[in-house]
Amino acid sequence: MFRGLTSIVYKETIHILRDPKTLFLMMLIPGIQLVIFGYAIDLDVRNVTTVVYNLDGRQASRDLLDSFRNTGTFNLALDAGSDTELEAAIVRGDAQVGIKIPPDYTDRLLLGEPVAVQVLIDGSNSTVAMQALNVSNAIALTESLDILPRIVGQMTGPPIEVRPRVLFNPDMRTANFMVPGLVAVILQVVIMLLTVVAIVREKEEGTLEQLMVTPVSRFGLMLGKLIPFGVIGLIEIGSVLALMRFLFGVPIAGSLLLLAGFTFIYLFTVLSTGLLISTFATNQLQALQLAFLIVMPSILLSGFIFPQESMPPAIYAIGQVVPATYFIRIMRGIILRDAGFYDLFGSAGILGLIGIVVFVVSALRFRKTLA
Amino acid sequence: MTPVIEVDGLSRRFGAFVAVDDVSFEVEQGDIFGFLGPNGSGKTTLIRMLCGLLRPSGGRAAVLGFDTVRQTEQIKHSIGYMSQQFSLYRDLTVLQNLKFYARLYGIPRADRMARIEEAVGIVGIGRYIRQQAGQLSGGWKQRLALACALVHRPQLLFLDEPTAGIDPVARRALWNLLFDLSGQGVTFFVTTHYMDEAERCNHVGYIYFSKLIICGTPNALKALPEVTPAGTVRIEVNCPRTAAAMRQLNTFAYVQDATIFGDSLHVLVEAGAEARVADDLAAQGFAGARVRPIAPTLEDVFVTLTRAKDEERHV
Repeated sequence: MFRGLTSIVYKETIHILRDPKTLFLMMLIPGIQLVIFGYAIDLDVRNVTTVVYNLDGRQASRDLLDSFRNTGTFNLALDAGSDTELEAAIVRGDAQVGIKIPPDYTDRLLLGEPVAVQVLIDGSNSTVAMQALNVSNAIALTESLDILPRIVGQMTGPPIEVRPRVLFNPDMRTANFMVPGLVAVILQVVIMLLTVVAIVREKEEGTLEQLMVTPVSRFGLMLGKLIPFGVIGLIEIGSVLALMRFLFGVPIAGSLLLLAGFTFIYLFTVLSTGLLISTFATNQLQALQLAFLIVMPSILLSGFIFPQESMPPAIYAIGQVVPATYFIRIMRGIILRDAGFYDLFGSAGILGLIGIVVFVVSALRFRKTLA
Repeated sequence: MTPVIEVDGLSRRFGAFVAVDDVSFEVEQGDIFGFLGPNGSGKTTLIRMLCGLLRPSGGRAAVLGFDTVRQTEQIKHSIGYMSQQFSLYRDLTVLQNLKFYARLYGIPRADRMARIEEAVGIVGIGRYIRQQAGQLSGGWKQRLALACALVHRPQLLFLDEPTAGIDPVARRALWNLLFDLSGQGVTFFVTTHYMDEAERCNHVGYIYFSKLIICGTPNALKALPEVTPAGTVRIEVNCPRTAAAMRQLNTFAYVQDATIFGDSLHVLVEAGAEARVADDLAAQGFAGARVRPIAPTLEDVFVTLTRAKDEERHV
């Protein structure tokens, strides 16, 4: 059943070693991507440029502005002298947030009357806008709670208080969340493309036809092609995890052995996907286009950046058949939450199932495309 | 003894296009079977069916006694295939390519080097053994491909235009190799465009518009009555200005056919008219024509038969 397997592995290994430039790039690119994306993809919003129009100017208004400044979210960099200037700064894009404090701010506070502070937020970047909105509301609430007891004179604190405790990524660092997912995505792109190109190139050069007249078996040929790239994938994942641990300081909370085991399943699935693509493509250009059909949902629909739960049902369903979805869950589970085998068994099972189905379909198609 | 290749009513369609149409023939052991035909006439499709790469749409074929559809795996161990374009690994050395194929055919480790040396010796590629296959010249690439196809000692070799694009010296060397191996009992199925190569085969088949028009030994084909109909004689005419002379010859009532062969003309004339040809040409300004009777060449055979087929097709 696996006739010819070792010969194909032998040949593929020579191909890979013969071309040190490609080998070097294969090893280097995932690292570079991790560093670039790991630093660039940061959903924490900080230092939002803010323009201030303070018509009051007394101590109380300056205290309020300090509260804004102290959150770290706002950078009160600009001052405006009129409503027009305030708005113009936002329209020009110089500032994303504008704060206008009315002239009677201090007076009304002293009189115990409600007072409105206007906060203008540029909604064009929804992530920034959302964060600015939330933080502004929180500032208003805490400031009010400070003042309220003095006016009411009975309570010393708010009637209901939520005491949240964030588990497993207490600082809520984006890197801790993104980097494990990034490992899954990068690995998929690199390994899948390598596999696809290696097979489609043989089609283009006619060497595959030559192989088909030898007694090599289908499974021998296919696995023989996958194994060397699987080994490269393992080395890559090891080095990328090391970068994550030591460069980004993301600790691996769970079992490395478990991580390694599940990585095997993921690699098998990714390699099979590459195989499937290569049965559809007759040249390398087609192969690249097809690969993007898999790569895009892996990035956008896998929960890597955007939460899957908020997607429309049809899109959500697509996300559920993308292998990266399950490996991202596994990675985050093991690395961040110290999840064990039984916690992740379901995800790993689905991942393996996808891999087997894809591999068998590829095997069936492999014969057809040649006959 | 059963024939090495047995083809019976084999057809292959690609959609509406019929690439191979109801072809039947046999090839005996030790034969060099030359398969001729213009580009696109179905030669490669036929080879691919015989190698089990392509399923026939109709008819059946047996190679080495095994059915090409149901017993493909048994066939693969005992045949070699050299495809039209160079299809070995350019980034592997000559030796690595040979090692790869030796392993693929399951030659035991103990015998492997000996077999490789044997194949290297046969094609004489010893001094290039450490070179990358992609850097070899056309002729040496073909020899390497032959060595890879020989390393498992096949009983039957399919060569699809093995000499296309290589120089005449390398071409001759390759044919000498084929004769040696055929002497040792290896059977060859060779496609080619070259008539001189066809002349070297023990059997030739000619495929034209997907149909096998004719099949037999070169001498049997040359003796066919369709080629030299009763009451006609084939002559060679040597004279200057061959192209103009051909047009002139075609105006003579007793000339049935005239074709240029290099600096001479092959002319089919009514028996008894051959003596007049030189005088008639001289009268039209083609002085000094030399005429001698000849046997038809294979090219004459194919040209005549193709023309007859074309007339059939257009009637």
